[in-house]
Amino acid sequence: MVEALLSSVPVTVEVFVFGALVCVAVAVLAGLGRLSQRWIVRTVVGCFIEVFRGSNVLVQLYIAYYVLPVWGVTLSPFQASVAVLGLNCGAYGAEVVRGAILAVPAGQRDAAAALDFSGWQTLRRVVFPQALVIMLPSLGTLLIDLLKGTAIVSLVTLVDVTFTAQQLRLTGESTAAVYGLALVVYFVLASIVDVAVKYLERRLGHYRVHDATALEGQRAIVPGRAVGGL
Amino acid sequence: MTWDWDYAWDSVPPLLDAFKVTLQATVLASVLALVLGFALALVQRVEARFFVARIVGAGAEFIRRTPGLIHLYFLFYVAPTLGLTLSALTAGVIALGVHFATYTAESYRAGIEAVPRGQWDAAAALSIPRRETWIKVILPQAMPPILAAQGTWVLIMFKGTALLSTITVVEVVSRSQQIGSDHLRYLEPTVLVGIFFLAVSYPASVLLRMYERRIATYR
Repeated sequence: MVEALLSSVPVTVEVFVFGALVCVAVAVLAGLGRLSQRWIVRTVVGCFIEVFRGSNVLVQLYIAYYVLPVWGVTLSPFQASVAVLGLNCGAYGAEVVRGAILAVPAGQRDAAAALDFSGWQTLRRVVFPQALVIMLPSLGTLLIDLLKGTAIVSLVTLVDVTFTAQQLRLTGESTAAVYGLALVVYFVLASIVDVAVKYLERRLGHYRVHDATALEGQRAIVPGRAVGGL
Repeated sequence: MTWDWDYAWDSVPPLLDAFKVTLQATVLASVLALVLGFALALVQRVEARFFVARIVGAGAEFIRRTPGLIHLYFLFYVAPTLGLTLSALTAGVIALGVHFATYTAESYRAGIEAVPRGQWDAAAALSIPRRETWIKVILPQAMPPILAAQGTWVLIMFKGTALLSTITVVEVVSRSQQIGSDHLRYLEPTVLVGIFFLAVSYPASVLLRMYERRIATYR
């Protein structure tokens, strides 16, 4: 039983890793898009965020897997899972990125402008590194949610940890043992993600600006508004 | 294949019917999550120095780091082996409620901790009794942000009820898949369900944001 369950861990990890890559890319792009000077970009990105946050991830997965083929887009269960989990997570992440960028003190931009940095240089060298430190804790929560969220890919026939647990139950293994073990597997994986993010937080800690306004901004994102869920 | 309006229109009444179950599950799970979460926050605050709080805290962390879907399965399939048979809806509501109680507890805690230390000191300096301090000084300041945060959790729970479809609760998502398999056509019912969720949660999130902006001005 243990081997069977553990042998399905790579599938869960793969969906998570690819989902996380899509998630971070989408979050950064959409977060920046939300702050664009062009209203058309802001509106389009805003619609994307609201649609993905407003409807639910299971329905999105069913649409990607059962409905898109009707329109000629056939995705494998893996592709549908990665795309839907990544986009969903990215829509939540966009708000985290946006909040973090806004929390970088305006003086930092002014200083960059005074040093004749271009817009791109200001973003890449000055604003983004500092925003990254601010967004990391929320990003960590988001990634753990993504990991937990991968459990639903079992519903579109991917043989991940959850799917295997279901199969083991049907073969007559003790239900408490099967699900107990599955819970432990997810807990260990989530704890690894947590440790990795905490390590990054420490490594990148020197980018943190000790500034009253920056701290103010941080407080605005972290509690309450924090992401999280199933 | 194009969108079939007649079929979509015919799917609406049964979906609306099942949507009531979704709303019912949301309300019940929310009540459980809000009450249990408050108790959790209280235990962790009041008993902070004791062993109990450590255990409760670790248990909550475990729940937060594991998928809600497996909590559902666990409750639904394991409880009967212990001689406790729960209806699918009951099992679902309990699993969702407990899962989110660990989140609402954090929001209660964050809200109370966000009240500046000086408020407690000032109350003590005026020799206001502990009980009065809580009721008249701390909670009135802590409550608005806490309400806003809990509103967000209720919205997330609302969307989370879709998972109940996996343990045979006939809520709106499972109804849509039934309609789809009856007619061998998933497009319209599945998209309609997405729209249903959006139609409730988007206005609700706009209201929540308005409320947040309103209370921010009093700070």
